[in-house]
Amino acid sequence: MSILRLDHLNKRFGGLVAVDRVSFSMEEGSVVGLIGPNGAGKTTVFNLITGNYQPDGGDVFFQGQSIRAKPTHQIVALGIARTFQTIRLFQNMTVLENVLAGCHCRMRTGLFGSLFHTLGQRLEEQQALRQSMDALAFVGLESSADQLAKNLSYGNQRLLEIARALATQPRLLILDEPAGGMNEQETQELIGLIAKMGQQGLSILLIEHDMKLVMMACDYLVVIEYGRKIAEGTPVEIQTNPKVIEAYLGADNDDGI
Amino acid sequence: MGLWSLMEQFFQQLTNGLAVGGIYALIALGYTMVYGVLKLINFAHGDLFTIGAYLGLTLLTSLALNDYVGGFLGLFILAVMVMGLVGIIGILLERTAYRPLRQSPRLSAVVSALGASIFFQNAIMLIYGAKFYVYPQDLLPVVPINIFGLSIPLMRIIILLASVVMMIALYLFVQKTKIGTAIRAAAIDQGAARLMGIDVNFVIMIVFFIGPALGGAAGLMVGVYYGQINFTMGWIYGLKAFTAAILGGIGNIPGAMVGGLLLGVIEALGAAYISIAWKDAIAFFVLILILIVRPTGLLGERVAEKI
Amino acid sequence: MKNANWLGYIVFFALLAATPLLLDRYWVDVLNSVGLYLILALSLNIILGYAGMFHMGHAAFYAIGAYTTAIINTRYGIPVLWALPASGIAASLFALIVARPIIHLRGDYLLIVTIGMVEIVRIALINDVFGMTGGANGIFGISRPEIFGFRITQPIHFFYLIWFFAALTVLLFSLLENSRFGRALKYLKEDEVAAEGSGIHTARYKLAAFVLGAGWAGMCGTLFATKMTIISPESFNFWESVQLFMIVILGGSGSIPGVILGAFLVMGLPELFRDFANARLLIFGLALMVMMIVRPQGLLPARPRKYNLDSIRELS
Repeated sequence: MSILRLDHLNKRFGGLVAVDRVSFSMEEGSVVGLIGPNGAGKTTVFNLITGNYQPDGGDVFFQGQSIRAKPTHQIVALGIARTFQTIRLFQNMTVLENVLAGCHCRMRTGLFGSLFHTLGQRLEEQQALRQSMDALAFVGLESSADQLAKNLSYGNQRLLEIARALATQPRLLILDEPAGGMNEQETQELIGLIAKMGQQGLSILLIEHDMKLVMMACDYLVVIEYGRKIAEGTPVEIQTNPKVIEAYLGADNDDGI
Repeated sequence: MGLWSLMEQFFQQLTNGLAVGGIYALIALGYTMVYGVLKLINFAHGDLFTIGAYLGLTLLTSLALNDYVGGFLGLFILAVMVMGLVGIIGILLERTAYRPLRQSPRLSAVVSALGASIFFQNAIMLIYGAKFYVYPQDLLPVVPINIFGLSIPLMRIIILLASVVMMIALYLFVQKTKIGTAIRAAAIDQGAARLMGIDVNFVIMIVFFIGPALGGAAGLMVGVYYGQINFTMGWIYGLKAFTAAILGGIGNIPGAMVGGLLLGVIEALGAAYISIAWKDAIAFFVLILILIVRPTGLLGERVAEKI
Repeated sequence: MKNANWLGYIVFFALLAATPLLLDRYWVDVLNSVGLYLILALSLNIILGYAGMFHMGHAAFYAIGAYTTAIINTRYGIPVLWALPASGIAASLFALIVARPIIHLRGDYLLIVTIGMVEIVRIALINDVFGMTGGANGIFGISRPEIFGFRITQPIHFFYLIWFFAALTVLLFSLLENSRFGRALKYLKEDEVAAEGSGIHTARYKLAAFVLGAGWAGMCGTLFATKMTIISPESFNFWESVQLFMIVILGGSGSIPGVILGAFLVMGLPELFRDFANARLLIFGLALMVMMIVRPQGLLPARPRKYNLDSIRELS
């Protein structure tokens, strides 16, 4: 069964059609890349999946269930976590607290437990801290747990966003330009990390301009241009697809393919 | 009561509402222009309006303009002086309280604006005292003007005309002049405006002169129209004018004019036909309602937040 | 490091408990107002400090609590301390109704709307809504509290009642700060989109912050009503809200030690310089402006929480 299916998804901003009847589906456990020239509407597609924007038409199915018109936090609770293109961390909080945010939706303590630190609250807190440290260890940031998020390097901030997303215990992880601002070596490590997450059965949907990463990390690619899907297939198929080559070369894009 | 007297009462309230609305509109223009360029609610704006009222009174009594020149000309000279002085205070306010916070989080500037408001209000209180002041009532001959059998006080007509003239002048200034174009450009995108060679600091200075100057003129108008001023009057007028700016769509200059006149009329009619005791609450109900129903105001456009 | 904070609180409250022995009635009464405003400011801190919502209508919740106590005490003879929970609930319910449509508003818009709210409440009280608030004169003859047959009447009695409540507030809100609930509020202050994207129901937490802060302010209203025995709309005007706002911002928003310092500065300090009493607000206005430039995070800003990482590592 497909884990995610987009069905004729549509979004307009005023007169501009940002996403034009885009449909595709991704298999459970696969790593799918959503690529296309700048301004093609890739991030808008992500925002539609995660409920940050409401679609004007079409539908999104997650594990067979429609998630259209659901609020973002509910979509996260269902098992879709994301990172942001422009890093959105809780800058003035510690690295550990950033990851704890991801644990929030799996915790139950309410106002009463929070005010009185009941036994259940303390046990849950310990467990969340442990899970957060595990997530940090997974992305290799364990030693920075006490630092403020804003003091991390750009590349490590991207990794922290991934750790925070992982702490929500997702089934599907959505990464918006995870290698943006990373150097060569960090990108290599990121490719390894994506592979490791894939091996654990996590489905991953990503936007990336670094074509080396896309070709190495993804099993399947979807290409959009001007909000429309123009091709989909395996990385090899996409590399030789004349429409894709035209879109990239015609747009005079310097990302290369 | 006959139909005619009902009609007469309605039109009296309507013209009164329009006069007060013109005053709201003038203050609202200051909020909206500053918001347009700096995205800041200048909380101290209401107090600049109060300063206008007090400066007007001080100049009026100390210079005794009316003794030298006729009533109309005297008032005109007075208005020009008040506007110039309050405008300069506006520029100083921006220099000291807002400019250092240009790069800070937006809400830091809001807190600073609030501090400036508290400062001005209490400075006026310390200088003039907490009592009510009364404007001289013999500024202009008290002659009611007859329009279609309706007798309307001369002062009301002057207030309405003066505010409309100032609004039209401002509109032409912003639409037709080079500086006006720069103001509009800076409001849309400060960074791009700077790249196009526009001196954004100069634009902000102009905005902080014009806005407070109009607010100061409004303060003077309240003084001559109602005859009574107090050091706290700025914040209630300020809040109402801000409501007017929101009502019309904040950042939108024609919106502030429409919003001000509309709010004045709503308030006057509401006080007359619903309840006088709730008069001051009407504007707040309008404010809350508009922010819930249509936060972009009547003439504002909706913009999607970028994520 | 958390222990250092607790130790600080214990020393502070122990020293404070001894002060009435050294002070005259007047100064005890000053400390009573400081305590009352501290509790109020701590409840505002939930909304403004942790959740970062610019709310300047806190006096409205305080007023509703005080009036609830006054009405049920003077009309139905219910003892004031029994009115405490009822006042809290009344203020919370009011917050639930009025905050729901406005919490999505951006910072400065919310500020204006909450100012509007506090004004509407004051005008409603003056206009004697429901025929129960006594109009502009307010309500008088509110009884004194009684605890186990002991009647609290003197400033020194109120001192211990108010500061007990203040200490309890500091304790509970410190615990709250370091819990799932408190963290959720801090996330939404830092970045609302990221908080929602991390699975936090931001709208619900905003509302919960309002309801909790309002309820606490409502209970504080009970203390005020019984301390004064007379209340009127003018006790709850816009300036009360401004003072609370200043306590939180000047002291350090989101920081309990900061709010304590702020309460002493804003409510206590002017008493030391009574010759300048009229210039009090002028100076505070200036202080707000200067602070935003030199120290926008407040005098004692909130520090990032440190967790005991070694014990977590041992467990995993």
